[in-house]
Amino acid sequence: MGPHIVVLAKMVPDPEGPPSSFEVKTAEKRVVARGIPPVINPFDENALEAAIRIKERLGGTITLLSAGKNLSRAVILKAVASGADASVLLEDDSLDQALLDSRKTAALLAAALRTLDPFDLVLCGRQASDTNAGVVGLGVAELLGLPAVTLAQRVEVSDGKVVVERVLSDGYEVVECPLPALVTVSGEIGDLRYPSLQAIRAAKELPQRVLRPDDLGVDLPPSWVETVSLEPPRRERRCRLVEADSPAEAGEKLALLLREERVI
Amino acid sequence: MGGANGKVAVIAEMEEVGRPSRITLELLGLGRRLASPRGEVWAVVLGSGVKEACGELASRGADRVFYLDHPSLSPYNPEAWTRVLKPFLRERGEGVVLAGHTPLGQDLLPRLAFSLEAGVVTDCVGVRADEEGLLFTKPVYGGNALAGVRVTTPLALATVRSRVGEALPPTHTGEEPVPLPLDPPGETRVLVRERHRLEAAECPLEEARVVVSGGRGMGGEEGFEVLRELARTLGGAVGASRPPVDSGWAPTTCQVGITGKVVAPDLYIAVAISGSSQHLSGMADSGKIVAVNRDPEAYIFQVSDYGVVGDWREVLPAFLTKVRELVSE
Ligand SMILES: Cc1cc2nc3c(=O)[nH]c(=O)nc-3n(C[C@H](O)[C@H](O)[C@H](O)COP(=O)(O)OP(=O)(O)OC[C@H]3O[C@@H](n4cnc5c(N)ncnc54)[C@H](O)[C@@H]3O)c2cc1C
Ligand SMILES: Nc1ncnc2c1ncn2[C@@H]1O[C@H](COP(=O)(O)O)[C@@H](O)[C@H]1O
Repeated sequence: MGPHIVVLAKMVPDPEGPPSSFEVKTAEKRVVARGIPPVINPFDENALEAAIRIKERLGGTITLLSAGKNLSRAVILKAVASGADASVLLEDDSLDQALLDSRKTAALLAAALRTLDPFDLVLCGRQASDTNAGVVGLGVAELLGLPAVTLAQRVEVSDGKVVVERVLSDGYEVVECPLPALVTVSGEIGDLRYPSLQAIRAAKELPQRVLRPDDLGVDLPPSWVETVSLEPPRRERRCRLVEADSPAEAGEKLALLLREERVI
Repeated sequence: MGGANGKVAVIAEMEEVGRPSRITLELLGLGRRLASPRGEVWAVVLGSGVKEACGELASRGADRVFYLDHPSLSPYNPEAWTRVLKPFLRERGEGVVLAGHTPLGQDLLPRLAFSLEAGVVTDCVGVRADEEGLLFTKPVYGGNALAGVRVTTPLALATVRSRVGEALPPTHTGEEPVPLPLDPPGETRVLVRERHRLEAAECPLEEARVVVSGGRGMGGEEGFEVLRELARTLGGAVGASRPPVDSGWAPTTCQVGITGKVVAPDLYIAVAISGSSQHLSGMADSGKIVAVNRDPEAYIFQVSDYGVVGDWREVLPAFLTKVRELVSE
């Protein structure tokens, strides 16, 4: 029998949305996304793709686990249709992104994982695009006592262990550990495949469980960190545009301008 | 509240055997700033052949250097390192632990945080001490906002990007390095099997004073040949936004941005790059920024000092010719 893989997938406002769609509410210390749809955090999509590739070789099942408030069923459905077998949604108004930090999120996800069928591998994203933290995965592993490997650009399962190519700044290393284990996945693994319309239709019939934090009997631990301010980045500069009659002339003038200003 | 309390510990990383990496020296400089004047900066260095590095760590700002020289600690093994550092930091109990926001720091500090029940802030672009303790700043929402964060536990852990701290000139001299105990090394579940280094670039991106980067609009590998030529002429390095890396026009090690490298050269030339928040996160602190883009509305122009609106295929050859002429004068 193939492995049971759980993919931790977070819903976030589309990080590729234009900067103007992220309104920074300084007083409330929160970011409100405007006019952009929710998506699965891109690195979690990479994790799902890694899971599907393992399943293609070895069989087994994939469960998608997502925690949050008002999770978009359409977004979950599309992700599941790409190749998962079931989804578990941990959903509650109290699971507002603004109120959850890495510690609370890890505690919730670890508790939810304990209620699932025994799993061999947990895959998650290297970091969520909103928190930009890269903490939750390692937290879940620590809380569940699982060995963990981060920053995977390739994940393979064989003989009761997982073998990972881990991204380094000047290359990669090959790391392995016994199952069950947790691996955080990086973008190098490749994009999540698109599901066919037929697969999306079929995915509607796949099992979906909705859990509430109360069902898990976890007392959320207090936060270790506190956000005390939130500001838009200050990056704008006054740009001197080079005017010229032709692009080639503009290129030449740019060089002269940079020399004049002692930049080159 | 999680503050320095004058106690700073820096997790050292080695560039090569016996030589601390640049980020390590920067963190020692940052540590001095956070701890001074009465505080103490410690450096902790684990690995094999690390004893040789202790002298340099001491001369670059560490008051005390703790080391453990053992083959089981090299290359970095998360479980072996955690086993040594957990009791060491538990005993310290307070203050701040700094590591680079590198593959090692990103892996190690969250683990230590959960096993020590201490707050961690990753990817810091600023750390400063004030009356209330330490204030960490970090990008969130793909760089569309900057959060100011405080840690509420007595011990605080933080991974810090390059160029946040400044390395000190070699002056300080500290005490003799102190060996740490190895409470039997034992087996680890995680095993590091092999290591593959990509061919080193002619000029490493993070050290370069000039970076010439290309984006999706370069259209292919040939475009990057032109950028390489320009970089060579200016004595700089080639960077890229993410799409060229995803498409294989440029090696992964070239990526600049929130999930790539963070650079702050004197001059950053962005060619056919639109200026996404994720890209800006990795280069917005550069000295001067030049943009070449055919779309006058491209956001990159709003964050640049100089710009040319036009197709790079027409602009760059003339630019390169003129630059060659000017730099050879
Ligand atoms: C989680 C996450 C992490 C990410 N991390 C990073 C990261 O670290 N680094 C990064 O860069 N991106 C990152 N991205 C991607 C980022 O969101 C953008 O998609 C990316 O930066 C866009 O790259 P670009 O500007 O090259 O491409 P585009 O946005 O497509 O812009 C191309 C530009 O080229 C111009 N152009 C086209 N042809 C020509 C021509 N012939 N001459 C002149 N100009 C031309 C166009 O006008 C356009 O402005 C990340 C995304 C996510 C979701
Ligand atoms: N609310 C959530 N639901 C499901 N998975 C999550 C959630 N929050 C975080 N994760 C997982 O943990 C990873 C790291 O998150 P973070 O530590 O916030 O950067 C993400 O890429 C997800 O895989």
